[in-house]
Amino acid sequence: MYTQSFNVPDSPGAKTVALAPSSEDPALQAAFDARIDADGRIEPQDWMPEAYRKTLVRQISQHAHSEIVGMLPEGNWISRAPSLKRKAILIAKVQDEGGHGLYLYSAAETLGTSRDQMLDGLHSGRAKYSSIFNYPTLTWADVGVIGWLVDGAAIMNQVPLCRCSYGPYARAMVRVCKEESFHQRQGYEALLVMMTGTAEQKAMVQDAVNRWWWKCLAMFGPPDADSPNSAQGMRWGIKRVSNDELRQKFVDATVPQAKVLGVTLPDPDLKWNEERQHYDYGQIDWAEFWETVNGNGPCNKERLATRVKAHNEGQWVREAALAHAAKKKAREMKDAA
Amino acid sequence: MTTALKEWPLWEIFVRSKQGLEHKHCGSLHAADAAQALEMARDVYTRRQEGVSIWVVESKAITASNPDEKGELFDPAADKIYRHPTFYEIPEEVGHM
Amino acid sequence: MSAAVDYLLHLADNALVLGQRNAEWCGHGPILEEDIALSNVSLDLIGQARLLYQLVATLKGGDCTEDKLAYFRDTHEFRNYTLLELPHHGPLSGYAQSSLEYGTTIVRNFLYSALMALLWEALEKSANADLAAIAAKSLKEVRYHLRHSRDWLVRLGDGTDESHARVQASLDHLFAYTQEFWAHSPAEAAAIAAGIGVDVTTLRADWDAIVDAALSEATLQRPAVSGYVTEGKQGIHSEHLGFLLAEMQSLARAHPNGVW
Ligand SMILES: [Fe+2]
Ligand SMILES: [Fe+2]
Repeated sequence: MYTQSFNVPDSPGAKTVALAPSSEDPALQAAFDARIDADGRIEPQDWMPEAYRKTLVRQISQHAHSEIVGMLPEGNWISRAPSLKRKAILIAKVQDEGGHGLYLYSAAETLGTSRDQMLDGLHSGRAKYSSIFNYPTLTWADVGVIGWLVDGAAIMNQVPLCRCSYGPYARAMVRVCKEESFHQRQGYEALLVMMTGTAEQKAMVQDAVNRWWWKCLAMFGPPDADSPNSAQGMRWGIKRVSNDELRQKFVDATVPQAKVLGVTLPDPDLKWNEERQHYDYGQIDWAEFWETVNGNGPCNKERLATRVKAHNEGQWVREAALAHAAKKKAREMKDAA
Repeated sequence: MTTALKEWPLWEIFVRSKQGLEHKHCGSLHAADAAQALEMARDVYTRRQEGVSIWVVESKAITASNPDEKGELFDPAADKIYRHPTFYEIPEEVGHM
Repeated sequence: MSAAVDYLLHLADNALVLGQRNAEWCGHGPILEEDIALSNVSLDLIGQARLLYQLVATLKGGDCTEDKLAYFRDTHEFRNYTLLELPHHGPLSGYAQSSLEYGTTIVRNFLYSALMALLWEALEKSANADLAAIAAKSLKEVRYHLRHSRDWLVRLGDGTDESHARVQASLDHLFAYTQEFWAHSPAEAAAIAAGIGVDVTTLRADWDAIVDAALSEATLQRPAVSGYVTEGKQGIHSEHLGFLLAEMQSLARAHPNGVW
């Protein structure tokens, strides 16, 4: 899951992407534009404007970071999963997210940025990841709700990216999307089962929905009017559907699911609008959202420090593997000589 | 032995989805050497029975055609329509050929 | 408890406890590729545990289920090798917190997988047909676990000076626990007599050969061991299992009537 549908600029220190057309070779630029306009695909070896390359690296690496940071809140419940079946499902799900991170880092690497460079961006705090993972998972029901709503929102975001103009990103997204439907279904089904259980279990589900609903709506990013980067992303075919449109689709799809589940979505303004043929919904707390994006949410520091620790403590392992490979190669060369 | 702090090399992964089909490129990953790349490819790219055989090739070993030469490399084949069976008309009574 | 039940619980608890331990790496591995690989090992082990618990539940009848066995037995009722419950770090008392240490993980997975590759193969001929079927399935899985852990053992042992020292320390820490493999518990003896279980001591020479070959390739020293032989499989555990189970079972026990 978990593209940051909005393309948040990385923190100071990162270069901002110029939106103006580049001053690079006009013929190449024209050929590139023509291919984009014809809904063609760009492959790694092809010429591309620097701004396109940078935007892609930023978007894909933010997406990859989101996948691996996203392993943490749900991973929090692996050791305590209430049945062996759910434990296995959750491990497989969190593991998949790691796989998604890997596919995406690989896609970004085709643009000439190494995974180490991208990780350095994450670990130094320069690079962003989806802010949804800066909230805590307080009960087991959070695991179900994340699958249902967070993965559900991510699917809304990601399906259009399967048609993204950059070939390796689009192909990675096809693979990711195939796996995501398992994520959403397992979460929703876990909640369905809990809703047949005890009163405490039902309350647990409702409480988790209350805590996650608004955060999920915010996942789609600021309203279109406040998303200056979106237009360029659309022009380049690396963003296909606007934030507000995706958010509306998500709300419309989720309301009936909540009804079947038997939970209330915590929004008094949520109601069907006959004229628009869509659900209306209330105001998202954007001030809180931006505070969290900017590092001041409940778990930002923990999430980042945990990733840094895993990476640092893995260093000796990674070095050993390289050293061993080098030794083995040297021995083989000697034997051959 | 001192090791420069560098990344594991990148490998391209090709998976045969079932016996009788060709190996197909499915993505890449980092591994210290070929043996490890194979094992990791198994865990990363065949978790849902996507494969029965894996090839790994170090990414830097791949030589790619230059996209700027796409015209001279591939366009000349466009007018060789006589290579295709549909170019030839055969009397109907001959049947399938 | 019948010989079969106690023996099956020993096998099941081994798989569950090690599966639980290995899953602690999910999201925290030394590199993404390895994170994913270890989760696969964990999933295999939990899958084995489930099949074995389900078999026990059938034998016991009544309202016994796999989850009752996993979540509602206490420390002294668990029959796993003590080796498998130890945290992923060097010798520290149960309440002492420490980081995950990859060398410990690899050494333990190697020592245990080397045993289980032999034991599952022998159990394919168990008089209990259900167990024989589980053994056949588990054998394929454990052969991969052995390959994975052996491969890493060699890489770490014959890697850098630092990795060599670390993995040797892990080996020194854990090796004494393997003595428990060879000391029959009464349940094992009964299962062997009934033709259900396998006399592990008959596998010892092969295990030694697997271990010695790998250690030599990894340029590691096999530690000499003597003294206390752990008795986890008889329900007498280290201080660590209590913490592991307290965490693992907490949610299920907080909602004894819950459905998941
Ligand atoms: Fe994902
Ligand atoms: Fe997901």
